[in-house]
Amino acid sequence: MNALVATVILAPLLAASFGIAVRHKARVRDVLTLTGLASAFVASLGIFAEVYRNGTSVIRVGDWSPELGIVLVADTFAVLMLPVALAIILIVELFAIAQRRTEWGANPELTGPLLGVLTMGVSLAVLTGDLFTLFVAFELILVSSYVLLTHQGQQAQIRSGMTYVVMNLFSSTLFLFGIAFVYSATGTVNMALLAERIPELSDGVRLGIGAWFFVVFGTKAAVFPLFSWLPDSYPTAPTTITAVFAGLLTKIGIYAMIRFHTLTGMDAMGPVLLIIAGATMIVGALGALAQSDVKRILSFHIISQIGYMLMGLGLFSAAGTTGAIVFLIHHMPVKTVLFLVGGLIENDQGTSNLDRNGGLAARRPLIAGLFAVPALSLAGLPPFSGFVAKFSVISAGIAEAATPVVVMALIAGALTLLSMTKIWLGVFWGSKPDKSKPVRVSAANRRLMLGATGLAVGLSLFISFYAGTLVELGERAATELRNSDVYISEVLR
Amino acid sequence: MSIALLLTVGGLTSVGLYLITSRSLSRIILGFALLGHASVLALLMSGGPAGRAPIADGSGSDGFANPLPQALALTAIVISFGLTLFLLALASRQKDHTGDDLVEDDIEDSRIAEVKQ
Repeated sequence: MNALVATVILAPLLAASFGIAVRHKARVRDVLTLTGLASAFVASLGIFAEVYRNGTSVIRVGDWSPELGIVLVADTFAVLMLPVALAIILIVELFAIAQRRTEWGANPELTGPLLGVLTMGVSLAVLTGDLFTLFVAFELILVSSYVLLTHQGQQAQIRSGMTYVVMNLFSSTLFLFGIAFVYSATGTVNMALLAERIPELSDGVRLGIGAWFFVVFGTKAAVFPLFSWLPDSYPTAPTTITAVFAGLLTKIGIYAMIRFHTLTGMDAMGPVLLIIAGATMIVGALGALAQSDVKRILSFHIISQIGYMLMGLGLFSAAGTTGAIVFLIHHMPVKTVLFLVGGLIENDQGTSNLDRNGGLAARRPLIAGLFAVPALSLAGLPPFSGFVAKFSVISAGIAEAATPVVVMALIAGALTLLSMTKIWLGVFWGSKPDKSKPVRVSAANRRLMLGATGLAVGLSLFISFYAGTLVELGERAATELRNSDVYISEVLR
Repeated sequence: MSIALLLTVGGLTSVGLYLITSRSLSRIILGFALLGHASVLALLMSGGPAGRAPIADGSGSDGFANPLPQALALTAIVISFGLTLFLLALASRQKDHTGDDLVEDDIEDSRIAEVKQ
């Protein structure tokens, strides 16, 4: 188990460091990055199998006691998240290799190694058992994302990168203050000890901590009203980068929020979370309707979908938390595919603007098919995973008699279908109004891009087929999070 | 808890917050530097009263300063160093593009806002 966890965290980092050293040899660099990411993915499957059979596994780094040292905790929630996240990064890197060859030739480009650093951050954030390591993992993810967003140095990227960096840096600073407050109040940053001590604090202090960390994780997860940085910055990055950001970054924020707020028993915050969840869904979906660019529509939908996860969390019931977890796992591959298809559209049509697009279904039916599956899944139509995910969240909402937020979730679902239809009409039907120059993609690279997108669609369909198992695992994860006694005794044993 | 330290944290935070609300990235960088100091001081304060000796030989913690917040503060300082440098590079690149270092509005968003009017 120790070796597996070490591989998940260190293999991507090692691949990244050597990848930077040999960045001038494009082939060696790409093979190195892929090896690092692939071995992390395989190791994450091993961890999944181990935890699936034997339950939560705890690793004390350096064998320090949990009060002093770093613990890594692989519970059901973590091992559900990890393989999906790592598979997404691997698939996107495959797509990115083809995209780089097309755009850059043999340039000493750093996207691959930087994705490696980001992967290490993701693994660490998912597995960590204490708040400060979570902060460090967030910084690893964010710093590599700052560089990924801006390192091509074009004016639009620098402009939106500034907003992105300033917003996220501010939330990191708040995170640091939050850690200071928590440490003053409880004398620990270990999650298990916090789960023990925070419920014993007086109501004011406890809710203060809960609200503070809601703002911290909420900024990273782009909840209403802290989302304005997202639709500004994501569309300006290269498509492959946006695909990773869309699939993972905000999700890591909501992951941390689900873990922290459920473990420490912030049930009293439920009503506030539900109001914010409803606003997030509606504002995201309405924002998407106003846009006329594929990538910007999809970016607003990230926000809208975060609302559903927040709603599941805000219900603070076993069914609600299960719904949030199922939604989270379903959402990651779906969103990544949609952005990868956005990249295919951009390559083929020379633009992702709806007004200057059209007629792609007749010319490239394969791309239309690759778009249709995740788009219907995102809108929550059966038999795709989106239906199961929305169904679990909404039925949990009905069970808790949270009628207003259930109504908003249904409205947001209809609006999502509307804007997916808008993309379909704009891009795939009709005829192309102007002659924007398509990007010249060689046959081999095109096959690689389509193959990578197909893999991601396959991953999303795999989740649809095994939705029953996913819901069972989600229930198990939710039980582990809500009955913090088990978590506490496992970590402190 | 020392009132002087508390007031310092409050002062640094308010000046830092004021600076990061401005448009110019160089002011924002200064703001983040001050906010970074404030958060490090807050971390140090969370470890107990000021002025205690550091742990010398690990033989006991009575009367010694708590080393954990100090370790956390050190990590935070290193991270904020790196990020300050990154922000400076960003400001310099923005100056190459536009001749200033101002954080600008979302262009597409402003376009849609104009359509509505």
